[in-house]
Amino acid sequence: MKSYTKPITFFLAIVAPLLIVTLVLRKPEPDHELLNTLRAKYAVKRKPGVDHSKFEILQKNFTNPHEITAACLSCHTERGEELMNSAHFTWEREAFIPGRGVTYLGKKNLVNNFCTGVQSNEGSCMKCHAGYGWNDKSFDFSNPYNIDCVVCHDNTGTYEKASGAAGYPKMGPEGPDFKAIVASVGQPKSAGCGTCHFGGGGGNNVKHGDLELGLLTGGRDVDVHMAVDGLNMNCVDCHTAENHKIKGRYYAVSSSNTQRLNCEDCHTETPHQQNILNEHSIKVACQTCHIPVYAKVNATKMYWDWATATRKKDGKEYEVLDEDGNIVYTSIKGDFVWDKMVKPEYLWFNGTADHHLLTDKVDTSQNILKINTLFGEYRDRDSKIIPVKVHRGRQPYDAENLTIIQAKLWDKDKGKGALWLDLDWERSIEEGMAYIPLPYSGKHSFIKTEMFMPVNHMVSPAAEAVTCKECHTRENGRLAGLTDFYMPGRDRNRTLDLAGQLLLILSFLGIVVHSAIRALSSRKHNTIQSH
Amino acid sequence: MSTNNRVYVYKGFERFWHWNQALLIFVLAFTGFEIHSSYDFFGFETAVKIHNYAAWGFIILIVFAIFWHVTTGEWKQYIPTTKNLKAQAEFYLFGIFRNAPHPTKKTLISKLNPLQRLVYLGLKVLFIPIMVISGLLFMFYRYPQGDSIAIINIDNLEIIALIHTAGAFVLLAFVLVHLYLITTGHTITSNLKAMITGWEELDEEDQKDQDQPIGKPENEHDENPKI
Repeated sequence: MKSYTKPITFFLAIVAPLLIVTLVLRKPEPDHELLNTLRAKYAVKRKPGVDHSKFEILQKNFTNPHEITAACLSCHTERGEELMNSAHFTWEREAFIPGRGVTYLGKKNLVNNFCTGVQSNEGSCMKCHAGYGWNDKSFDFSNPYNIDCVVCHDNTGTYEKASGAAGYPKMGPEGPDFKAIVASVGQPKSAGCGTCHFGGGGGNNVKHGDLELGLLTGGRDVDVHMAVDGLNMNCVDCHTAENHKIKGRYYAVSSSNTQRLNCEDCHTETPHQQNILNEHSIKVACQTCHIPVYAKVNATKMYWDWATATRKKDGKEYEVLDEDGNIVYTSIKGDFVWDKMVKPEYLWFNGTADHHLLTDKVDTSQNILKINTLFGEYRDRDSKIIPVKVHRGRQPYDAENLTIIQAKLWDKDKGKGALWLDLDWERSIEEGMAYIPLPYSGKHSFIKTEMFMPVNHMVSPAAEAVTCKECHTRENGRLAGLTDFYMPGRDRNRTLDLAGQLLLILSFLGIVVHSAIRALSSRKHNTIQSH
Repeated sequence: MSTNNRVYVYKGFERFWHWNQALLIFVLAFTGFEIHSSYDFFGFETAVKIHNYAAWGFIILIVFAIFWHVTTGEWKQYIPTTKNLKAQAEFYLFGIFRNAPHPTKKTLISKLNPLQRLVYLGLKVLFIPIMVISGLLFMFYRYPQGDSIAIINIDNLEIIALIHTAGAFVLLAFVLVHLYLITTGHTITSNLKAMITGWEELDEEDQKDQDQPIGKPENEHDENPKI
């Protein structure tokens, strides 16, 4: 009996303290108090405080959308001023950019590597402008009746701007039922926001990759916030507005670290039970782990090669579709590459960005031109690692003046230099550059470009978040491209590792040799003794 | 050998401490090198968790061990000495092959030979503190933030990580050699048995000199220190 007590005591002496330590340090069960509070808050759907159908001024038969705006502003007297100062109307923002000073940049005057830019194409592009009649540079930004209120505030889902009509809806019997629309105006609905924000770039999910129709019908696997089987939140639940200044930034057109919308605004900076995860949030944006893939429902455009546009087959323009029905070639736009369930690329980002302007020189010694630059690095306190969609492409630039080109793509009529109608690059470029106006040498070429678009939507359920090992791994981790810091599991000092391994090998060899000599000599010794 | 005497060399706590430390170092090394991406076993996340728990266990153990060493005066066992240092080295290099006797006699008040004194002291005052401090920094370092305490801000993890890795290699090499040297006692298993049971057979005459000052090991059997 006694012989058992010792090993048992001994065993307990080793195991017991470890057990105690483990129990003491064990984290409590997940506490979802904050999440439950948020769920309770957003489960309550807003009910409007007024019934617009009861207002006499809205009872008339509107023949012209400017009249609607006038009716709106007759009660909402200050909203016109607010909207005329908002980016939805001005398409530019006042921002300070290091090296440039105070700039006024936005969709109004920036280039991108989708349709290259709006200038000279306003008639078509302004289908997504919250105004009426921005057809060319003569548009009056100071006339409040040029504001389109119902494009955002329509709750019937029937209001639609006409194509190529500079922001006007169709009018007359074919147009939307203005009376029904104004009777039910209210907070913007997701589908309304989506008309432009899902469809930008020429079709559903073309541009962003994380903003598309799939959000309206998807479950928690698509987006935990907007899930129809979840809280079914609206865009404006997060993108709140004060005086028509809406929270949230899109850095293909924005530059400054203001008015951003952050997950932390609701979820706090320490939302995890495990402290080690909370610490990650100092350097890693929530989106990095919680949006493992984007373009979850429909494909998004990853590559656009303008250089192959204007080809014809049998003298005619043509299109090529892939098996999912996505256009992979069209004569008017060139080659496309689409992708679905895309893993983002990752960058350091501090909330400020620069843009390649039409007046900037193209550095042809660089293989790739960055259309926008997201600032940030490891050593910058304000920087975090964020997921981005990088849209790559080839687009025209002036081979002699070394400037990027704004092409004229659209017009109502043939023969006016619009690429999409005439399929003539030279004319298109001449017209586009003359419109701005900027010089064009007459010689164009194509340059590889990249555009960086932070991915913020399509948040996956926690269980599907990026795992530790996907970054903390030696080869091909998600963060393999961010090399300006040391990450455990990914990085090592090769010399140190080699020296360490050598030390272990030498120790082991020493033991082997030493024990071998010992064995040999003791045998010899024994042999001598036995003799 | 002269008349042998069973002596209770390693006290309960000492053995408890030793074996826990052995277990923890093994666990820390195994999970640590997984975190270093040297291999895949538990998975990175689990390896980090185990490593952190074991680290806390190790720190608690160290606190108790320091208390024990101070209160029992056992810390004096680690006072380094140069006496017999050369003889001890020569024993491991040559004497051991000729069945020469141990140059240093193990006694209750001087359990460690001069080489052990040096190595264990190095572990206790250099390598383990390096591992503990770099490990704690690993756990508690803070990136500079707006409202943070500047003194615990660390811009770069790299130097901490490299020190921690280097220390891990050294400790691992120590464990390897230590495991082998266990077999160099009176018999191949006598050292191991002593650390398990606490009892070891020591030469009787050594035990008479228990009032001998600690730090000056006996050397009367050193008849043949040189080859």
